Amino acid sequence: MVQIAHDDSNAVVIIGSGAGGGTLAHELTRRGIKVVLLEAGARQSLASFSQNPGEAFVQLTWLDPRTTSGSSSVSQDYPGLPSWTAKTLGGTTVHWTGATPRIQPWEVRARTTYGDVAGTSLIDWPIEYAELERYYELAERRLVVTRRHGNPGLPASNHFKVMYHGARRIGYKRVHTGHLAINSQPADGRGLCIQQGFCVQGCKTAAKWSTLYTEIPRAEATGNLDLRLQSHATRIEHGADGRVNAVVYRDAGGQEQRQKARLVCVACNSVETARLLLLSESARFPNGLANSSDQVGRNYCRHTAGFVWGVFEKPIRFWRGTTLAGIIEDETRHDPARGFAGGYHLELAALDLPSLPLAGFPATLWGRELGFLMDHYDRMAGMLVNGEDMPRATNRITLSASVKDRLGIPVANIHVDEHPNDAAMRAHAQRQGAAVYQAVGALRTATSRQTPATHNMCTARMSRNPRDGVTDAHGRAHDVPNLFVSDGSALSTPGSANPTLTIVALALRQAEHIAAGMSRRDM
Amino acid sequence: MPISRVAAHGHEPRPGGIDVNNSSSFPRRNFLAASGIVTGLLAAGGPLSLIAPSRAWSVELHRLTSAQGATLLSVARTIAPHDGLEDAAYALVVKAADAAVAADEHARTTILSGLEHLGGDFASRPEAARIEALKAVESTEFFRMLRSMTLGNLYSSAIAYAHFGYEGEAFTKGGYLTRGFDDLDWLPDVPLQDSGPNPGRAPR
Repeated sequence: MVQIAHDDSNAVVIIGSGAGGGTLAHELTRRGIKVVLLEAGARQSLASFSQNPGEAFVQLTWLDPRTTSGSSSVSQDYPGLPSWTAKTLGGTTVHWTGATPRIQPWEVRARTTYGDVAGTSLIDWPIEYAELERYYELAERRLVVTRRHGNPGLPASNHFKVMYHGARRIGYKRVHTGHLAINSQPADGRGLCIQQGFCVQGCKTAAKWSTLYTEIPRAEATGNLDLRLQSHATRIEHGADGRVNAVVYRDAGGQEQRQKARLVCVACNSVETARLLLLSESARFPNGLANSSDQVGRNYCRHTAGFVWGVFEKPIRFWRGTTLAGIIEDETRHDPARGFAGGYHLELAALDLPSLPLAGFPATLWGRELGFLMDHYDRMAGMLVNGEDMPRATNRITLSASVKDRLGIPVANIHVDEHPNDAAMRAHAQRQGAAVYQAVGALRTATSRQTPATHNMCTARMSRNPRDGVTDAHGRAHDVPNLFVSDGSALSTPGSANPTLTIVALALRQAEHIAAGMSRRDM
Repeated sequence: MPISRVAAHGHEPRPGGIDVNNSSSFPRRNFLAASGIVTGLLAAGGPLSLIAPSRAWSVELHRLTSAQGATLLSVARTIAPHDGLEDAAYALVVKAADAAVAADEHARTTILSGLEHLGGDFASRPEAARIEALKAVESTEFFRMLRSMTLGNLYSSAIAYAHFGYEGEAFTKGGYLTRGFDDLDWLPDVPLQDSGPNPGRAPR
């Protein structure tokens, strides 16, 4: 591994090593570009991943405090964990479930498709779908996505059998084991899925793609990567010319360091990306770096989510098998007759025994109803709604006025007032999910409210008009020519797809753009 | 010996911290340092009684009295009732509450004042009365704290894994690919075009 001097102003600094930052680091270093990669978390490995759910959660999760406000049920149910993201090398690609659906063509024209929905800040993406599609194909090949490009699907688990037959009986046609970045056969030097469950605790066979054991070691092997672990960026600085020129961070020993930079890419996951830009205010950018539009942190999206549980008479043992290997795609369409704009996926979802009561049920549930559900743990089936939520200017990340982290830095506050469209979609989706289970004989069904956000998006969104967003069609800040956003913050709207594939596709595209710009010497 | 040790089959659920005592060492020396104790007997013939060295178990409390421990155990059982689940599983919730009382002043005042409000006879009341008493405090921080401690500790022990039939980690056993991930027989198989070949089965 190369060591880049702190005063070397020729380095590209990438902050965050997940789907966006980790992929970008590989793509730039393999083109001969020197990169400093700052990662706030530590490095785990296949051997060190804990298989105790509680321990694994602590091992991988971003546990620095955050505060929350707004009328969303998440503020009441999960005040301590409104967003569930990772703090570890590889970021959320370590704990993700591997789901890689694509955003749909009409979804990137959200404002045009859905019209002027009151109380939203919808925009169209500044990218044509055909352009995005090209990078989706590259990303799917990179991640070895099932049921794409000749890769076989994953086999059907007990749990999927229940979803499949219920869905078919109520007339759904597009039901399969999903597009997942999980090997159905050995590929890319990684093993096949042994159906062990435990996807979110870190995949011990590496069947599930993660930058931790693909992009990052490959970037290290180029000799162009200086990876700095447990290095928490606190501020991005700029010069008199308005270009960013350094990143200030605390190193593993708690010492403040300053790394000079020719170009900075922020990929800290949407909540922390917005926080870092807001923390980097200056005389020139009094409301936060790259924030002359006042859009940094606004339009926060997290997907309309919620569980549906079915309780059956006979055993299912839903913990056996790939956690999310099943999907119903029929509701992924825009059909205002359903009473809301946009669409949703219904995705298979199992939870381990300790996590089910904490994450799967409303915080108001206790007593015999809770007892009944848990008593049927081995006879339960579950699915998770993943739907497009409506951006609102007032749903936003701000800096807390009162709460600071252990470094003494204001934490992020997440404010969400759920749009009525989201509530209508969740209600529809949970009714449909319950109907799926009733069609195969469920004794009872149950639902959760909105779950802690694992998908955090749009807080530095790409926009054609600089007034509507933070970044341009390549994720470059409208205000700062050598500052890029390289994670889900840059999505213009959330669509109904789990975001990782889109983040990787945009990172591949951004890497080409940056490398070309650097070789032309205009970056 | 902690129950989690003796009951874990090749994996380590969260350390249980319940002592299953050999009769010769009961009570243990550090019993004198405790302010309270919750004890019980594992059900004869239950999954744990077959592998534990003794059916007697105990949880020492450092801040709470035995009576407070008994009330908390009953609160946990009312919040998450499982008739066949041993008291030993619920005792882990009491142990966590005791640790919280020791570690945090806010938790201490919240739990102690909540217990006082419920009254010393809470555990001896019938379930309907216990539910009514908890419903009356449902919106208090005491209840939210106890619900969260119950749900966070009741289902992570080896006792709970055994009771609910949860098999836990499977990596060390090669996953479920050849051990029943697709053994459900009350529904037909899924057509190949909507799933994929099963690498755990020999090709025909």
